[in-house]
Amino acid sequence: MASPIKTRLRAARNPSCRSTEESPVVKWLLISIALAFCLVFLLLPLLNVFAQAFAKGWRYYLESLCTPDAWAAIRLTLLVAAISVPVNVVFGVAASWAIAKFNFRGKSLLITLIDLPFSVSPVVAGLMFVVLFGLQGFFGKWLDEHNLKIIFAVPGIVLATVFITFPFVARELIPVMQATGAEQEQAALTLGANGWQTFWHVTLPSVKWGLLYGVILCTARAMGEFGAVSVVSGHITGQTDTMPLHVEKLYNEFNGPAAFAVASLLALLALLTLILKSLLEWKEARDLARAQQPAPPDSKAKPQMPARETTR
Amino acid sequence: MSIELKNVTKAFGPVPAVNQVTFSVKEGELMALLGPSGGGKTTVLRMIAGLEMPTAGDIFIRGRRVNELPVQERNIGFVFQSYALFKNMTVAKNIAFGLKIKKWKRPDILSRVEELLKLFGLEGLEKRYPHQLSGGQRQRVAIARALAPKPSVLLLDEPFGAVDAKIRQELREWLVTLHHDLNVTTIFVTHDQEEAMEVSNRIVIFSRGNLEQIGTPREVYEQPANEFVARFIGVMNILDTVVSGGVARIGEMQFPAHDQPEGCLLRIGFRPYALQISTDLALFPYRAILRHSFFLGIMLRLELELPSGLILRSRMTKEDYAQLGLEDGRAISFQIRNYRVLTRESAGLPTEKELSYQLPPTIGEHI
Repeated sequence: MASPIKTRLRAARNPSCRSTEESPVVKWLLISIALAFCLVFLLLPLLNVFAQAFAKGWRYYLESLCTPDAWAAIRLTLLVAAISVPVNVVFGVAASWAIAKFNFRGKSLLITLIDLPFSVSPVVAGLMFVVLFGLQGFFGKWLDEHNLKIIFAVPGIVLATVFITFPFVARELIPVMQATGAEQEQAALTLGANGWQTFWHVTLPSVKWGLLYGVILCTARAMGEFGAVSVVSGHITGQTDTMPLHVEKLYNEFNGPAAFAVASLLALLALLTLILKSLLEWKEARDLARAQQPAPPDSKAKPQMPARETTR
Repeated sequence: MSIELKNVTKAFGPVPAVNQVTFSVKEGELMALLGPSGGGKTTVLRMIAGLEMPTAGDIFIRGRRVNELPVQERNIGFVFQSYALFKNMTVAKNIAFGLKIKKWKRPDILSRVEELLKLFGLEGLEKRYPHQLSGGQRQRVAIARALAPKPSVLLLDEPFGAVDAKIRQELREWLVTLHHDLNVTTIFVTHDQEEAMEVSNRIVIFSRGNLEQIGTPREVYEQPANEFVARFIGVMNILDTVVSGGVARIGEMQFPAHDQPEGCLLRIGFRPYALQISTDLALFPYRAILRHSFFLGIMLRLELELPSGLILRSRMTKEDYAQLGLEDGRAISFQIRNYRVLTRESAGLPTEKELSYQLPPTIGEHI
């Protein structure tokens, strides 16, 4: 007999069995669907990259990474990241500072513009630069006359990468700066600090984790970008091939294991990014929890000053 | 004069937040800027600091016009309502910040920080971060940080707004003591009239951007310049009377008004303590029922209901209450010892005068 008392006892024993929660069957069903999806579409392909990379053994793996062309691709990728990440850090800090601290005409337009690279297909982004700087483009003639090469050369790759990775730092910093507010900076001003001192001693330390997070995401994308770079690079082996382009080329040449060997480097980079990102998030959450915990009791509630009657 | 404002106006958009404000603060004074929220008092404080620029008018600090002087060069100490402590710095580094910026020598900085930690009862907390401090400690760090570079003026925005009632009382007393010891010119903003009365030497009262009155706590309480001040500082009974035959009347209450035109509306105000109450119904000219008594510690607040339905508020000590043998529902007689004629709120600064109380001639024989 399922008496009401018994039902209540069961509810008490099983805390998840509340009226606001789904039944355990639904819960486990949803969890297993999500898990299976992640397994098939994310984890398996990732493992496959490493499996394929080592298909012909360690030796072949190392050899395919040590070819001059592979080396050139790795060096170019690092160079592009080393230029575009600092550029976007400077831009991102400036833009987020402007957006968080000031009110001006066209502020929402600027925010929308920062998001543009997210909404434009990378191939279209690459084509934009070809139209601008290519031989038939707007500046093509002038560039050719001055013997400057942008498209099918390193400057074009850098430009395309900067465009694609434009939003990462700014997007991370805007909410952090808005949350910090302007009062700490105003306090620094009243204490005599100039704009630069305020930025260096007060603003930057309070957004450093957000900034680092943005830099990590920006770096990962700068190294992994394919579409836009593919359009502007010209695929000159050993000269304008970045790692993703090199992977594609090797794969098209039916050199699967070599392609996967280079790809495994990119995958490792992605994993490293994820680990760093999780570490930062964990640290931020800890800092936040620490900041929100109740303050320790006021050990000296009364300031140690001569107590004086202040009746009026 | 330490600080002087002359016809200072600040407009955000078309509406002035501060309108033609003129006042001065003496060297070493402890001044309160008092008013309801949105009254413009914080804007005035921020303009003195240089965090806002006045739209018109001049600001002087120690005789020097500072309108164009950037905030860094005004030599002021500012304490924000939220304290705005540097979250990423320890207590000691927070206090030392202004000194480092001003390029003090390291030993001087150390000894100044030491001195302030001691003065503010913060010893032992120098290595803590702001999030590890209680509200009262945070406030003391904020004030110590503002005072460290020895500013000529200390400005505090709602200094007691963010702490609970008990600590607030301690902090008020502490601020008075601190001001007494350091003797630095201090201006603080508050919306709490009791706080302003208790702490400051003089009070500037604002309402909707206008300066309503400047005076000592006693002056603004006893001689309010207009109805706004009268209502804002303390409790006041306010009656709208009509003049007929040289007497302003409402219900059974009458006030002499010989020089007022017939039919004119006159607003009359008196403090709760101006009511004199007796259980002897023949002693005073007016009758009322004691409707409620509210116990407030050593004082009682009384609500009197007149036969016409008018409600008046009165105050009485516990002892007087017991001596008279009062209780709720008791019939009493009362008189009004002194009162004021108030202008209407919109009429600006005073044209009114205090009328000395005379009993209306018809019932004068009772006393």
